[in-house]
Amino acid sequence: MENDVIEIDVEKVLISAGGIINMHIKATLGIGELLVIFGNSGAGKTTLLRIISGLTNPDRGYLKVGKSVWLDTGAGINRTPQERNIGFMFQDFALFPNMTVSENIVYAQKEKNIGHVHELIEKFGLSEFAGRRPAKLSGGQKQRVALARALARKPELLLLDEPLSALDLKTRILLQDEIMKAHTFTHATTLLVTHDLTEVFRLAHKVLKIENGQIVALCTPDELFLNNQISGKVQITGNVVKIEKQDTFYLLTVVTGMNQIIKVTAFPNDIENLHEGDPVIVFSKAFNPIIMRL
Amino acid sequence: MDPAFAETLWVTFKLATLTTLILLIIGLPFSYYLAYSEFRLKPLVEAMVSLPLVLPPSVIGYYVLVAYSPRYWFGDMLSRVFNVRLAFSFEGILIASVIFSLPFMIQPLQNGLRSLPDSLREASYTLGKSKTVSFFRVLLPNIKPSLITALALTFAHSIGEFGVVLMVGGNMPGKTRVASIAIYDEVQSLNFDTANHYALILFLASFILLALIFTLNKKHDTWKMM
Repeated sequence: MENDVIEIDVEKVLISAGGIINMHIKATLGIGELLVIFGNSGAGKTTLLRIISGLTNPDRGYLKVGKSVWLDTGAGINRTPQERNIGFMFQDFALFPNMTVSENIVYAQKEKNIGHVHELIEKFGLSEFAGRRPAKLSGGQKQRVALARALARKPELLLLDEPLSALDLKTRILLQDEIMKAHTFTHATTLLVTHDLTEVFRLAHKVLKIENGQIVALCTPDELFLNNQISGKVQITGNVVKIEKQDTFYLLTVVTGMNQIIKVTAFPNDIENLHEGDPVIVFSKAFNPIIMRL
Repeated sequence: MDPAFAETLWVTFKLATLTTLILLIIGLPFSYYLAYSEFRLKPLVEAMVSLPLVLPPSVIGYYVLVAYSPRYWFGDMLSRVFNVRLAFSFEGILIASVIFSLPFMIQPLQNGLRSLPDSLREASYTLGKSKTVSFFRVLLPNIKPSLITALALTFAHSIGEFGVVLMVGGNMPGKTRVASIAIYDEVQSLNFDTANHYALILFLASFILLALIFTLNKKHDTWKMM
């Protein structure tokens, strides 16, 4: 069993705008999971991802992925980013401007395999743009190329640093699905950094919540954010995409994690502090819902 | 064409071409180091590289000449070990010219590299590519305008050299006599026609090179070059 986990134990002193933070992250993660690293900006999320990728050195650290030790400062082991089998997606996507979409993907491969390039291009709906340079792509298209490129090496670990923060809400929801698709398609353990609750609800198997460089929770999104009293009842999480005022109540449109669209009625006091884009839970109380055989 | 005139032009363009080639070979790794190293004494290295921009050429010429002199260890070693005397030779002005044009190659390249987001380099590393592969396949192709600017400026600056070459090389026809010195010489001898020919050629060569840089900068205004 111990070969099926990722063991992380890293420490680093971070100097941020808010002062000095002693970052210490110690966790054991399951291989194959989609873990969302959640927390406010400056909490150390990106630093954690960079330490895992080998782009930043910790002051002290241990990192074991499956059977192999990637980092052990005590034993003098520190694999370079090149020696860690990862796919890293940067906040600015970091697509190479001098290469076309397909050249970006080919560059990422260990050995040139045009078949796999075509497969990725098709999977992420990039066929139309395969010959274009990144400058000629929209934000959402760039994100898909960056994702396809990160997968081209068939990485063990897929690290996504706020991959959707630069995009508008609608594109974000669409691209969350692409990330889900990438995860199911590769089974690569995926670590996604975000400060956006929506992404936690829509994507995460597990959430690692970081505050001031320390882990405050490692659990499922439901456990972290939802009131225990409603567990056991029908509950669906999603995002509010539209709030419409009717005569005496409001009609909310919610898009669920499974991309279902649900209409929910709400009273004025329910929608206080609720805005389009907010993550919500829709659940039943008392005697509904009604069950029916299909 | 007058053979002496042609010879001087040949020396001038040979000097500029070789200077540019040597500086390209030195400049690529050196500018990479200056762009990304966190070495504590880097500002001193940068100051040394930039000195030719502000120092009078005669100062550099003087120090180079002193270094070449067999009375001091460097010149002494050259003459004893290699039997080479650099003062007043083409090789001597070539080395001096490389030193004098160093900032014109290094600065555009270093600025070009610094203007690229770090994530490009890092993305290439995470994709398993070495620093060398990342440099030649990702960094260099994306600073092409800076590279062309560096080459053109170095070349233009080298053909326009006067002080350093005069100090180190003298004015030996066919060996160290370059066009800029020839102009001075011809004017001293009241040969205004020949001076005019040299001047016109230098003027046109420099103008064409600079026009090329500005045309390219117009097309690639994204990467700040200088």
